[in-house]
Amino acid sequence: MSVEIISSNCTGCKACVLACPYNAIEIRDGIAYLLDNCVLCGACVGECPSEAIVVTDPVRSSKGSEAEEEESESHDRQGGGVWIFVEQRNGKPAGVAYELLGEGEKLASDLGEELCAVLLGYDVEHVAEEMMKYGASKVYLVDDPALDNFQDEPYAQVIAELVMEYRPSVFLFGATTVGRSLAPRIAVKLKTGLTADCTGLAIDKETKLLLQTRPAFGGNIMATIVCPEKRPQMATVRPKVMKTSTRDEARTGKIVKLSREIMPPRARLLETHQTSGQQSNIQEADIVVSGGRGLGKPENFALLEELAQLLGGAVGASRAAVDAGWIPYAHQVGQTGKTVRPKLYVACGISGAVQHLAGMSSSNVIVAINKDPNAPIFSIATYGIIGDALEIIPALITELKRDLL
Amino acid sequence: MNLAVLVKQVPETTDVRIDRKTNTLIREGVSSIVNPFDMYAVEQALRIRDEHGGRVTCISMGPPQAEAALRETLALGADEAILLSDKAFAGADTLATSYTLAKAILKLGEFDLVICGKQAIDGDTAQVGPGVAEHLDIPHVTYVSKVEEISNRHIRVRRMIEEGYDVILSSLPALITVVKEIGEPRMPSIKGTLRARKAQVITWTARDLEADELMLGLSGSPTQVARIFSPEIRPGGEIIEGNSACEKARNLITQLKASHTL
Repeated sequence: MSVEIISSNCTGCKACVLACPYNAIEIRDGIAYLLDNCVLCGACVGECPSEAIVVTDPVRSSKGSEAEEEESESHDRQGGGVWIFVEQRNGKPAGVAYELLGEGEKLASDLGEELCAVLLGYDVEHVAEEMMKYGASKVYLVDDPALDNFQDEPYAQVIAELVMEYRPSVFLFGATTVGRSLAPRIAVKLKTGLTADCTGLAIDKETKLLLQTRPAFGGNIMATIVCPEKRPQMATVRPKVMKTSTRDEARTGKIVKLSREIMPPRARLLETHQTSGQQSNIQEADIVVSGGRGLGKPENFALLEELAQLLGGAVGASRAAVDAGWIPYAHQVGQTGKTVRPKLYVACGISGAVQHLAGMSSSNVIVAINKDPNAPIFSIATYGIIGDALEIIPALITELKRDLL
Repeated sequence: MNLAVLVKQVPETTDVRIDRKTNTLIREGVSSIVNPFDMYAVEQALRIRDEHGGRVTCISMGPPQAEAALRETLALGADEAILLSDKAFAGADTLATSYTLAKAILKLGEFDLVICGKQAIDGDTAQVGPGVAEHLDIPHVTYVSKVEEISNRHIRVRRMIEEGYDVILSSLPALITVVKEIGEPRMPSIKGTLRARKAQVITWTARDLEADELMLGLSGSPTQVARIFSPEIRPGGEIIEGNSACEKARNLITQLKASHTL
């Protein structure tokens, strides 16, 4: 996409200047002028009342014959299927792998291609079998002691080699710590496009391109990204957004076992430390109970933990609570912490600064408990309780316990 | 020890929102700041330099006004700041951006460690750091919460993972991306601020980088933005009433059960 200003139509009204999130448009001599920092987001286009800003198609208009040749070459590459990366630790697939299979199945059927899983690890053939029951018609398996634990370099090397050999048209990764570290390395090796943290995927009916939708600007804006030329079209997909595929004992497929010469990594995993059980994994939890400044002191987080345990959820926190040292950073929800999207998010004594909302506003159901009826958190809450969190939480605990009896 | 820090100037993004009525971006009063995660990266670099000696060079790709972001890093104590600014860089996605930044690091000459923030708060991609490492053919570690040890040849770090942390030992040169836990950034000193005001920010263009033009900016970017729109509005909320904390709690639980949330 390229943005151009048609000077003859421009009235210098400044609508585009105001619309631009990057301060990339100026009025010079009564006409809009695009500055170098334009990122081609297109925000100005719809804003212009005089149709003086146009978006031109990138390849055909600007790149010329060289690009066309490249295009025909890359189109030959298509047809290798929709691939998903199976992230696993100690032979247990990450939850997002099942979500990628569910979403991948849809995309593969829209493209008329097969759904394939890519699995790396050591002694993980049982995982490959499992992936087929969940819908993969083929599993590319590289089983090697050198791949026992995830390490960026060997994983990136092996996966890039597989892509070059089998040429998938789409390749999805979970937007987890592992996926967001690994996928960019592979994309650079392959010189292809990669879209981060997608929350929506679809196949365009006409162009057959993968439409990759993702939040930007802390969730205030959604953008749909395409990768018209290069293959595969790569994306990381936000966990907990896509529907998991269903297990079907009758489904079968083919395991393609491959071996590769693996270079020793320069960055080596020495050890892994688990912290405080599943309580801290707020991104995987279906229910997150978060506390903020309104809890008053660190001891009160024990109340939250009790509530979280009763609900089968994890404990989150606002930045204020983390900065005060009441709870470790791993629990922080928000722009400088983690983004969560649980089925239920309970915000206790959190006023709801935009930075916090950016990390939890896409939760299915939001409950806000706050003394201040004007707290911004209430504007996005599904259910609000106006009251002191320190009175409401114990009441919730009592009521939930009564239900259990 | 030669340390390079990659810095991005971003709009104060949480201010950027869409007007629900007109479906356009409101950017009244949106100011530019140094990406908050990059401040942690600068802090980590300064700490390593202060302990082991060496040089901290901050690099930013952006329009001429991004110089302001680099001056902030100079005020904190960075030794040198380089702005990559050229029309040819415009419209870069993460592939083209990481290529451009990698070319700049190569032009610096010898380097031991590149430090980035875990992601920028406008794009939120977290892809440029690992991308730069791949372009440079050096190892990388993302989400670093602590540098445990660094010597001339190795660095040992903690990487935050979903359920705890990994300890990773990497040879140098390497690239790390850091999270907030690495430590709060220092405040600029008066001396630093004065120095930053006078210091020169070097500008490099595409020609200075001896870059392949086809890999820069728009032509080097495989991805494009097809459209932008505002996220769905959350349905209006409901205040749970009750005469006591207990009654409110009971009413809430009833509602959550009725909506099959519990």
